[in-house]
Amino acid sequence: MGILVGESTRVIVQGITGEQGRLHTQLMQEYGTQIVAGTSPGRGGTTMHEVPVYDTVLEAQKSHAANVSIVFVPAPFAIDATLEALEAEIKDVVVVTEHVPVKDAVDLMNYAKFVGARIVGPNTPGVITPGKCKVGILPSQEFVPGNVGIASRSGTLTYEIAAALTRAGIGQSTCLGIGGDTVTGLNFINILEMFRDDPETKAIVLIGEIGGNMEELTAQYILDDRYPKPVVAYVAGRFAPTGKRMGHAGAIVMGKAGTAETKIAALEAAGVRVAQTPGDVARLLAHTLRME
Amino acid sequence: MKLYEHEAKKIIATYGVPTPRGAIATDRQQVRDDACKLGGPVVMKAQVLTAGRGKAGGILFAQTPSEAYEAATNLFGSKIKGETVSVILVEETLPIKKELYFGITVDRLNRCYVAVASQKGGADIEEVAELEPQKIFKHLINPWLGFRSFHTRQIAQKMGYRGEQMQLLAEILEKMYRVTVEYDAELLEMNPIVETHNGKFYAADARLILDDNSLFRHEEFKRIRLQQQRNLSPDEFEALKNGLEYVKFDGDIGVAGNGAGLVMATLDMINLYGGKPANFLDMGGGAPPQRIKAAFKIVLSNPQVKVLFVNILGGITQCDEVASGIVQARKQLASVKPIFVRLVGTNEQEGRRILEDAGLPVFESMEEAAKNAVSFARKVH
Repeated sequence: MGILVGESTRVIVQGITGEQGRLHTQLMQEYGTQIVAGTSPGRGGTTMHEVPVYDTVLEAQKSHAANVSIVFVPAPFAIDATLEALEAEIKDVVVVTEHVPVKDAVDLMNYAKFVGARIVGPNTPGVITPGKCKVGILPSQEFVPGNVGIASRSGTLTYEIAAALTRAGIGQSTCLGIGGDTVTGLNFINILEMFRDDPETKAIVLIGEIGGNMEELTAQYILDDRYPKPVVAYVAGRFAPTGKRMGHAGAIVMGKAGTAETKIAALEAAGVRVAQTPGDVARLLAHTLRME
Repeated sequence: MKLYEHEAKKIIATYGVPTPRGAIATDRQQVRDDACKLGGPVVMKAQVLTAGRGKAGGILFAQTPSEAYEAATNLFGSKIKGETVSVILVEETLPIKKELYFGITVDRLNRCYVAVASQKGGADIEEVAELEPQKIFKHLINPWLGFRSFHTRQIAQKMGYRGEQMQLLAEILEKMYRVTVEYDAELLEMNPIVETHNGKFYAADARLILDDNSLFRHEEFKRIRLQQQRNLSPDEFEALKNGLEYVKFDGDIGVAGNGAGLVMATLDMINLYGGKPANFLDMGGGAPPQRIKAAFKIVLSNPQVKVLFVNILGGITQCDEVASGIVQARKQLASVKPIFVRLVGTNEQEGRRILEDAGLPVFESMEEAAKNAVSFARKVH
């Protein structure tokens, strides 16, 4: 099982002829992901790694019925591409593109909510359900199938922690980056909800970092929901530069949240075990899983 | 990108938001001239990008032009939270009856803009938020509706105004939202908005932070950006030019890695083992040789740095390519400072061999590498 992507996932790659699109189409194919079509305006009718390329998503959908799209389109056009996928009734879109303007992300998330679509990212390494499907740029050799779900705000830390779990013999159900931007689609709470309903997932790792108050709100959710599965966390940024904080309005919205200390305290108060180092996550999890 | 107060005020003034009369000065003579032209008492405000400058001594008042001249003498060249003052905004003082707060920023959880208003503004706004939360109003802005006239009137009412004054304030708030949207602001803040004794409102201060990712559609800011870049230190400028994320600290262990999260975790770990990181530096994905070289140059040219800890997790990035880049950079820079490398991932074996052949210590675990870097830095004095 796992969440978001699996054996029945059929993927459209938007921006398939760009450098990133080309490379990762091949890597996803090698992993076994079904890439059914690609888009690249002006290159319709060609192929890329034997995948048919179309000018528009709508056209691609007529013959391929994809259910997930991955966006590699450059930042100024990435939101346009994502909206194009949503209009073509694709309900899950992974936006890998970095540097998307926050105003565009706000508009996108509003529309996604309206049509009931799920957005992963922007600025995400994507999603992997080990052994089954990868929709993203994650290095697949670090992941093996198993029962731990990972949701992360950082790409490389996801790989770091997943690799440590793999070395410790702990496999993963689904791993994903929620995206490093201010405004992203699926957040920790949404993903915890999905993992709760996934029979394959027995425990969850959250990889947070300084900034915003997502970790604090997630801790509150875990408490209020009496979340039924064990959660282990790591929060990057204990040694964070002071004076790099947001302006007043941000500070007022967040209260005193935003530092690693407040996040760790909130998570621990909700019964989440917080690791001191990325390597400790595997040790805490091994212990937690033995206790279960 | 943060704008200076005088730049932000110029923008909101073009939208019709009332601001105090004033002018900028770059020397004390100019301050005196500005004060003469304004007539009457003036306020001198250091143009720095950090918030909270008032409490740090960055805002001074003067009754006469010669008093202003004297005060400016000390203010120019002084440091406000680490920033040197080279420009002062000289403004008329306002007959203040009340100070309000208004700001618009992004609400991460709700994925929209949020307007925040307070009946009580000024330097202690964070205290107000904590101790008198009932004085603060938040309004989530629906992206489709926008922040409409009726919303702004409702907020002006909540802030305690009726009739003509409500209209005046509401108009200002509406214009603020237009600026936010049209300039792609991450934060637009007026703290305080001053209500004067004759019932008018003025933006006595303005903070505007633009979304760097939107600069491709704001040509006009590329010029300001270049100007601000001139104020950067040489290493910061070098980092920016090479697409590296760099922040300098006080420590002696230089750090470079690929991925912001990984570098942050590296700093945490050095700190946990009792070491002091000298910097944050994210080389990003791929890490081609010229970027590695630029990164090493920046970190190693810091005289405080005793050792460089490079943390690479090769995913899509190939370890052997990064290793060659590291060896090449070290050779070209001819630095004698030791480099400890933690290298794992794709083509790890080949990468290790390249580094070991060049005589560089390589580690597989981040903990081990961090511990070694910390104990090395301790030994060297």
